[in-house]
Amino acid sequence: MSLVEHTRGLAMHRINAMVLRYWYLLRSSWPRMLELIYWPALQIITWGFLQSYISQNAGFFAQAGGTLIGAVILWDILFRGQLGFSISFLEEMWARNLGNLMMSPLKPIEFLIALMLMSLVRLAIGIIPMVIIGAVFFHFNLLSFGLPLIAFFCNLIFTSWSLGIFVSGLVLRNGLGAESIVWTLMFGLMPLVCVYYPVAVLPAWLQPVAWCLPPTYVFEGMRALLFDQVFRTDLMLGALAINAVLFAASFAGFLALLNSAKRAGSLISGGE
Amino acid sequence: MTVEDTKQSSIAMRDPDVPAAIEVAHLVKVYKTTRAVDDISFTIARGSITGLLGGNGAGKTTTIAMIMGLVLPTSGKVSVLGHAMPEQSADVLGRMNFESPYVDMPMRLTVRQNLTVFGKLYAVPNLRGRIAQLASDLDLTDFLDRASGKLSAGQKTRVALAKALINEPELLLLDEPTASLDPDTADWIRQHLETYRKSHNATILLASHNMLEVERLCDRVIIMKTGRVEDDDSPTGILQRYNRTTLEDVFLDVARGRNREAAQ
Repeated sequence: MSLVEHTRGLAMHRINAMVLRYWYLLRSSWPRMLELIYWPALQIITWGFLQSYISQNAGFFAQAGGTLIGAVILWDILFRGQLGFSISFLEEMWARNLGNLMMSPLKPIEFLIALMLMSLVRLAIGIIPMVIIGAVFFHFNLLSFGLPLIAFFCNLIFTSWSLGIFVSGLVLRNGLGAESIVWTLMFGLMPLVCVYYPVAVLPAWLQPVAWCLPPTYVFEGMRALLFDQVFRTDLMLGALAINAVLFAASFAGFLALLNSAKRAGSLISGGE
Repeated sequence: MTVEDTKQSSIAMRDPDVPAAIEVAHLVKVYKTTRAVDDISFTIARGSITGLLGGNGAGKTTTIAMIMGLVLPTSGKVSVLGHAMPEQSADVLGRMNFESPYVDMPMRLTVRQNLTVFGKLYAVPNLRGRIAQLASDLDLTDFLDRASGKLSAGQKTRVALAKALINEPELLLLDEPTASLDPDTADWIRQHLETYRKSHNATILLASHNMLEVERLCDRVIIMKTGRVEDDDSPTGILQRYNRTTLEDVFLDVARGRNREAAQ
């Protein structure tokens, strides 16, 4: 069954119900809310000071002020986007609520859309203070990227959702024993997507692998914008094309893992 | 048609124009090397209450999970309210509901929030009114705005039942609905289930270890053992066949491998 067929009969009221469920949860717990802000704020402060130090001592970085801070913020969009998606999913596993949802008229695609919307909400709560700190304390205005920022953001968030969907499928199939993948997967990709250095730094044999990952195009695009003041549409379109394939593959993978979980009886055992 | 088939059809008392609430045909579920459900078939008529009895590992939960579409059968067919499961589950999930000790409701959400979320998932019209009605029927009013995780076992069961009834289901699947409840609360829940069945002509399939519950509630009893249907009849019919006065004695006969003749 294709992605299009799964979207037939999509009901907004069910998606709204799920978003409402996560919103109730979020607002009922101040530690959850604080955690969303705490780590991004810590990141931007640490890297902001490092950027300031380097700018004062190295001409190269002084030419492109904000490269580090820009990379930190874009990386956080990618990382927190996936985490926001996956944590909302894990909440259902932790609450042993998945059976209730799977037995309700909620379709898998509606569930995933609700998780995507919640990842945006969680991301906004974490990233907005981060952007404000960057602007106020380190004179880095993310919005100065202008329209390219939209292209950067869309590509990163699509990648984060694709990975979130796939990882959620793994947890669904293998139980909470697979939970650690949620927290660690993105860090495994970090060296390959070249957040803080150009792709050219990688060994020649590794570069084609890096170019298979959409975030690589975004970080290269950001550096092109900051160093050369050029918006590379070719990079953004390349990222978008790979993202489309990645998203479809993740969705298909999720459905396959869901079916596998139903065959194995994991949905009623919730096994670890 | 076999004798068994004839008996099942007569128990079900089916109206040929209305599809049965549940039809299970040659259902098998194998987990790796374990045959959890082994070629079972039965039909459950609308408006009936059927008890699924059996010891631990008899295959009750797996059977119910396959009826709900949460577990895929290895072979065989399940049809719910005239729709093949899980292929046509989208057509039928809104008309059924379930309660099970193997699932919980989000603990940090209040009872009202949980019922609101599930009510929206099931597209319940006049949701506020429905929640107020359930709160009144199931005596939830005092703790509607309390976090679900802070409720007693009895209160949690009532809330789970409220969730199961939120969409006024035609088919209700209950797995151990009164497990770990004190006798008073358990009796209260059973009373409510009987009332609901009568007022909505609903079909209820319940898996239970509680023989008194099954005797009191059920029109029909399906006894399972090691994944197979060991017996299937009305409670009276089963008691007569085993020459016993309580289903508990019948349960022990079946669990300990005493056949009907030996029991007599």
